[in-house]
Amino acid sequence: MKEGFRQSMAWLHTWSGLLVGWVLMLIFMAGTSSYYRDEITLWMKPELHQTAISPVTQAMAADQAARALQKRAPDSERWFVSLPSGREPALQTMWAPPAGEEKAKGKGRRRFEEALLDPASGAELADARSTRGGDFFYRLHFDLHYMPVPVARWIVGICAMSMLVAILSGIVTHKRIFKDFFTFRPRKGQRSWLDFHNVSAVLALPFHLMITYTGLVTLMFMYMPWGVKVAYNNNDKAFFAELFPGSPKGPKAAGVAAPLTPLGPVIAHASQAWGGAPAGRIVVDFPNDAAATIAVTRQEGHGVSSDLPTLIYDGVTGRPLPSPDAGRGAAVETRGVMYGLHIGRFADPLLRALFFISGLAGCAMVATGLLLWAVKEKPKHLKAGRIGFGLRLVEGLNIGAVAGLPVAMAAYFWANRLLPVGLAERPAAEAGWFFTAWAVAMVAGLAWPSRPMWRLQLLAGGMLFALLPVLNGATGGAHLLVSIPNGLWALAGFDGVTLLIGGLLLYASMRLGRAPVAKTRLAGNAA
Amino acid sequence: MTVSQPQKAPHLRYRAGVAVRALIAIFGGYAVAAAIAAALAMWLPIARVEAALTATMTGLIVYPCAIMWCFAARTPLRALGGLLLAALPFALLLAVGAQGARA
Repeated sequence: MKEGFRQSMAWLHTWSGLLVGWVLMLIFMAGTSSYYRDEITLWMKPELHQTAISPVTQAMAADQAARALQKRAPDSERWFVSLPSGREPALQTMWAPPAGEEKAKGKGRRRFEEALLDPASGAELADARSTRGGDFFYRLHFDLHYMPVPVARWIVGICAMSMLVAILSGIVTHKRIFKDFFTFRPRKGQRSWLDFHNVSAVLALPFHLMITYTGLVTLMFMYMPWGVKVAYNNNDKAFFAELFPGSPKGPKAAGVAAPLTPLGPVIAHASQAWGGAPAGRIVVDFPNDAAATIAVTRQEGHGVSSDLPTLIYDGVTGRPLPSPDAGRGAAVETRGVMYGLHIGRFADPLLRALFFISGLAGCAMVATGLLLWAVKEKPKHLKAGRIGFGLRLVEGLNIGAVAGLPVAMAAYFWANRLLPVGLAERPAAEAGWFFTAWAVAMVAGLAWPSRPMWRLQLLAGGMLFALLPVLNGATGGAHLLVSIPNGLWALAGFDGVTLLIGGLLLYASMRLGRAPVAKTRLAGNAA
Repeated sequence: MTVSQPQKAPHLRYRAGVAVRALIAIFGGYAVAAAIAAALAMWLPIARVEAALTATMTGLIVYPCAIMWCFAARTPLRALGGLLLAALPFALLLAVGAQGARA
């Protein structure tokens, strides 16, 4: 660019942010809510809200899981058990249907059966409604929807790289990054938007940089496969076998029946090896076969890395087998930590809340950046006497993304409670409400990109969010007056946060009604 | 650019310049990052799983920096030149490695 370095970087910052901003809005909102994926899922299964689960030792829970799985799937090739934890008090079991059955069904993709158990009794918990819960947002934030997964991941990757460019160029354009920390000039039109953009960006800057770069790292073998291809002579399988040693998958079942060793002592042994840290996941390969193996993975939350230590045991004798984790190098560890930082599953409640708030700051940064472009552009168009196509398009998309997405997210939660419980393909219907609501908001925003449309959509999103706690109580969930006295913090937290978000959206809608921002903007700050 | 629209010509030229620069940044930048990732994965004197990971993670940092360079350079030609200059040593390393593998 002919202008100076700073100007060219400001230009790059503007365009690399704007062009992908609307998809980033979706990625950030869905990703931020994924920090509370488990809590959202629990909220969306009101049948389980009041199930009192008495905690038992991990070893007892493991034995209950084995008993239940022996009853349901003794011939399965693989069992998965997630032991109870602070965030998920129930015992989760999954199993692969025996190979023969699956072929008979003729399904292309492997589907696992699952059951949620009471860890003390082993009894199946109340049959909850079918929903994808928080997993919907988690998948949405990198697999999008209505398109093949690889296409979606490339789109998300391009947006993330563009975001990284926007962040880096945004940093170098800044003359006074430290001062911006403390600068906010409200009610000054464009200046206020710029200040708010700076505050939301700079305050959580380490988070934004971390989350964008580590997000790329989670899918980097797809985006930049060349290092692996060169080092491994195009043999990706060999690379992944070295990166994720995992369980030494016995090539085949022996075909000789042999009773499975009790899981309790195996868990106790593993926990001892980790200095008392509890086990989190158990995978049993070929249960009740002479070649059975048991892989025990440590519980999350005892280290940052997403690569959790795993110990392997002989499934018949219960004796430890050689561990695959020996000798992890610095780069392997670094990747694990980056991945772990991105998904944040290690975080305790306080740190998790901080991640969530930083994610919201990210949403605010993207939103104010998008708005700022329109606010800056408008005076030029007004001077020319007509609003050009580009500005109209941006304003429409801004409404649909910034104000419309909260409406869509709320619609998803309302669908969860209002659709008939026994509806066929219920999870797809819930997702359908999300996308229908979003499409309506987008089309309305593009058709009438005006201040009343902003107010209307913010009002709709605010009402839908603020009334979720009421809906929760009215449709069989544990509402705040039940969840707080009983210490059901996951549910109380969900209701509290939706109330807060609803309040913020309503406040924004009200502010837009009375603030004469437009006039000051037109009068003075056309620069 | 036609002669009949003299006042529009600079505008068009500006847009074409931006487009060329963007193409150089997006594809050239990626090529440089890929070359660096591949060369590092080949030559880093550590275990190959370590080398592959270090190289890939480095590539992800090189790419945005290369894009920024392309927009900071004074002309698109200089942007391209800079990328070629950065890629050259790594391309050579790759070529040497490929020769060694064949021999």
